[in-house]
Amino acid sequence: MTEPIVLTTPLSEEDVSRLRIGDRVLLNGILYTARDAAHARLVALMDRGEELPIDLQGQVIYFAGPSPAKPGKVIGSIGPTTSSRMDAYSPKLIARGLKGMIGKGSRSPQVIEAMVQHKCVYFGATGGAAALLAKTVKKAQVVAYEDLGPEAIVRLEVENFPVVVINDARGGDLYREGRKKYSKEAS
Amino acid sequence: MKTIHVSKIIEAVKGLCMEANYDLGEDVLAAFDRALETEESPTGIAILQELKENARIAREERVPICQDTGLAVVFAELGQEVHLEGGLLSEAIEEGVRQGYREGYLRKSVCDPFTRKNTGDNTPIILHMELVAGEELRIKVAPKGGGSENMSGVAMLKPSDGLEGIKRFVIQKASEAGPNPCPPVIVGVGIGGNFEVAALLAKKSLLRPLGSENPDPGLAAVERELVEKINALGMGPQGLGGRTYALGVHIEVRPCHIASLPVAVNINCHASRHKEVTL
Repeated sequence: MTEPIVLTTPLSEEDVSRLRIGDRVLLNGILYTARDAAHARLVALMDRGEELPIDLQGQVIYFAGPSPAKPGKVIGSIGPTTSSRMDAYSPKLIARGLKGMIGKGSRSPQVIEAMVQHKCVYFGATGGAAALLAKTVKKAQVVAYEDLGPEAIVRLEVENFPVVVINDARGGDLYREGRKKYSKEAS
Repeated sequence: MKTIHVSKIIEAVKGLCMEANYDLGEDVLAAFDRALETEESPTGIAILQELKENARIAREERVPICQDTGLAVVFAELGQEVHLEGGLLSEAIEEGVRQGYREGYLRKSVCDPFTRKNTGDNTPIILHMELVAGEELRIKVAPKGGGSENMSGVAMLKPSDGLEGIKRFVIQKASEAGPNPCPPVIVGVGIGGNFEVAALLAKKSLLRPLGSENPDPGLAAVERELVEKINALGMGPQGLGGRTYALGVHIEVRPCHIASLPVAVNINCHASRHKEVTL
C-alpha cells in the first residue's frame, strides 16, 4: 500500500480534486459529527432560509454518534454510521460548501452527482473500529442540538483520523471497483 | 424449587451489558485470525488487523467495541422450578439494562419511531422469554447494532422454491447489504416456523459460537457452501474488495406450514456481542 495522504480541514477544492478512490488519508483539524436527526434540522433551517449553527464551507461531516465519554476521557467510542440514511440531505449540504463526508456504506446516485458538481469527497472509516478511532480525537465539544443526546452535533479536533476515499469528485466508486476486482462471479 | 431474588438478576444483567459491549468473544477473534490467513486484499488485511487492535483496546480500557452499543436483545430461559421473589422478571431484566447502559457509559439508542425522541435509558428492551425444565435461570444479553439489523429481511418463499430458493435469497440479501452492515459479518438464517419465528430463528442462530459446526451435517454443508458463495462476490472487509465478507453463516431450522417456506436473514456485524449467565 502507498503512504497515506495527510490533509488538514477545512478542505480546499484543490485538496478534494486531487483525491482518488482508494487513497488512504489521515485527516487533521476539525470534523463535525451529524446523524439523521441533526441533518433533518440543518436542512429544515436551510429550507426556511435561516442561519445554520455551523459554517459548512470547506468542512467535513462525520456521520457518527459517539458513546458517552468515561470520566477522564475526551470522548467515548466513535465509529461511522451507515451513510445512506443521510442521502436525502447530503446534496443540499454539499451545495452549501461541504467538502467531505465520513461514513460507511454506499451513497445514492444523487449524492454522487452533487459531489461531482460541487467538488466534494466521501470517505469511509472502518465501521466498528470505534474504540480505535476514538484515540485520534483530541478535543470534543457539543456545538448544536444538545437535546438530541448521541445525535447532537459535536465539534471534534482530530489528529490523523484514518479514512479511505470511497467516492471521489470525479464520480469514482471504490465499493464498485473493489468488489469487481475480487469477484469470482461469472460475468 | 430454587428461589432467586430479582436484585441478583438486575446485577447480573447490568454486568452482562457491559461485558458484552467491552469484551469481544474469543470465537470472533479466532475468526479474524483465520480470515487473515486467507485474505488477499492488502486493504482487507489492514482492516482485519484494525479490528483486532480495536477489540484489544476495548477489552483493556473497558470501552465499547462499537459506539453503537445496540438495542439490548435479551434471551431468558426460566426453569419452571424457579421461584422468583422481590418483583417481576421482565422488570428486573429491564432495570439491569437501564443500569448497565448508564453506569457502563454505553450509548442509548432507543427512540420513538415517529418523533425520533430518544427514550434516554435504552429501554424498552427486546426480551424473548422461554419456560424450560429445571431450576436455573439462564440469561443471554446480545446487544444488536442498527446498521446490520437494517440489512435483514424475511421472505415467504413457495415450497417449490426449495433449498435452492433459500440459498438464492440468502446470497441476494448479503449482496444487497454490501458495505452497510460493517463486514466481515455473520449471516444468521432462520428457515421454517412462520413469519415471526423465522426471524427469531435467524436471530438465535447468531448466538452460536462462530466457527462451530452445525450439528446437522447436511446443514453444515449448506452453511459452508453459502460462506463460499457470499465471499466469492468479492465484497471483502468493509465492502472495499477482498475475500472475507462472511465470517460464518449460521442456520436454524424448524418445521413449517404445508403451504409455506419462510426464510429470514439476520445479519450481524463483526462486533458479534453476546454474554450469558446462569443463576
